[in-house]
Amino acid sequence: MSDTAHASAGSHGDHSKHYIKIWAILLALLVVSVVGPIIGEKLEHGGTINHHMRLILTLITAFGIAIVKAFMVVKHFMHINLEKKYVTYMVTAMVGFMLVFFGGTAPDVLEHEGTHWENVSAKEVVKRGQAAGAAGAEHHGGAAHPAEGSHVPAAPVEQEVKH
Amino acid sequence: MIRPVATTREMTGMPTGRLAVWWVIASEIVIFGGVLGSYIMHRIGHPEWEYQAAHTNTMAGAFNTVVLLTSSLAAVLAHNAAEQKNGPKAARFLMLTCLGGFIFLVVKSVEWTNEIHHGYTLASSTFWSFYYMAAGLHGLHVIAGMVIMLFVAADARKNKELQRVENIGIYWHFVDLVWIFLFPLLYIAK
Repeated sequence: MSDTAHASAGSHGDHSKHYIKIWAILLALLVVSVVGPIIGEKLEHGGTINHHMRLILTLITAFGIAIVKAFMVVKHFMHINLEKKYVTYMVTAMVGFMLVFFGGTAPDVLEHEGTHWENVSAKEVVKRGQAAGAAGAEHHGGAAHPAEGSHVPAAPVEQEVKH
Repeated sequence: MIRPVATTREMTGMPTGRLAVWWVIASEIVIFGGVLGSYIMHRIGHPEWEYQAAHTNTMAGAFNTVVLLTSSLAAVLAHNAAEQKNGPKAARFLMLTCLGGFIFLVVKSVEWTNEIHHGYTLASSTFWSFYYMAAGLHGLHVIAGMVIMLFVAADARKNKELQRVENIGIYWHFVDLVWIFLFPLLYIAK
């Protein structure tokens, strides 16, 4: 018995040329995703664009294109569009779980203070890390998280409630 | 576009082996999604990580992306050959896919050796912890895929169990997919 999901879409013909074409497009997109942020950096240093514009350029060329590449791999190499619909639902549900996890935890990590709380140790780590990084002290790999790199413990109270 | 060579179960409407692979991928989405999601939120919350991220080798990462994309092409060409009942040809493409995985691991080893030599280890900072953990977990998946692929290729060479060529291919494309996101996160966002 043949598979209905795939059988409905075509035959046993040779699709090599199609796959090579998709591969070439993926490589071209990769070049854009590498070159885009480099150009953005040069433009920012040259004063043509500001830091905000450079971030947008990086987001579009690196991460936007990564999503396009992922979509192409899923469709043309993994053939998810030829599978039973429930496979797509299954995979989409898992991506949804991932987003729920992100949405539930990110507010406590992205920001280090809110209306009634303040993450003292995280703010301190950022402050010291930026100072050490700017001073070029990161040569030995410990600057981004100075509390770990220098073996100095972070502030003992993770979160303080504002009164 | 492509018809599979395996039999189909009435209840699921697709070969059980392929459904199992999709379930594996579904669970992997949650695993890698958790890792990447955690990395993204910490990366945004800790702007000082940029000083560490500046030390990753973008060109090595880009080269490895080319290698994995090319190995994915070989995997789908192996599937194409299996659909035409050409087991030996499918086996050759699977071996090429394995070669891609091997080159990927060699580049990664050289890269890691260089970084560790410069003092950037798993314990250096939270950024490097994420870096080694995410890339290491991905590397383990590459190794697992290569091992399974060697067994599948051995059977395919004798025109046996050709449906497995597609199954391992789907898994390999997912490994490629994870790298497509790891690359900009670890190597480009500086």
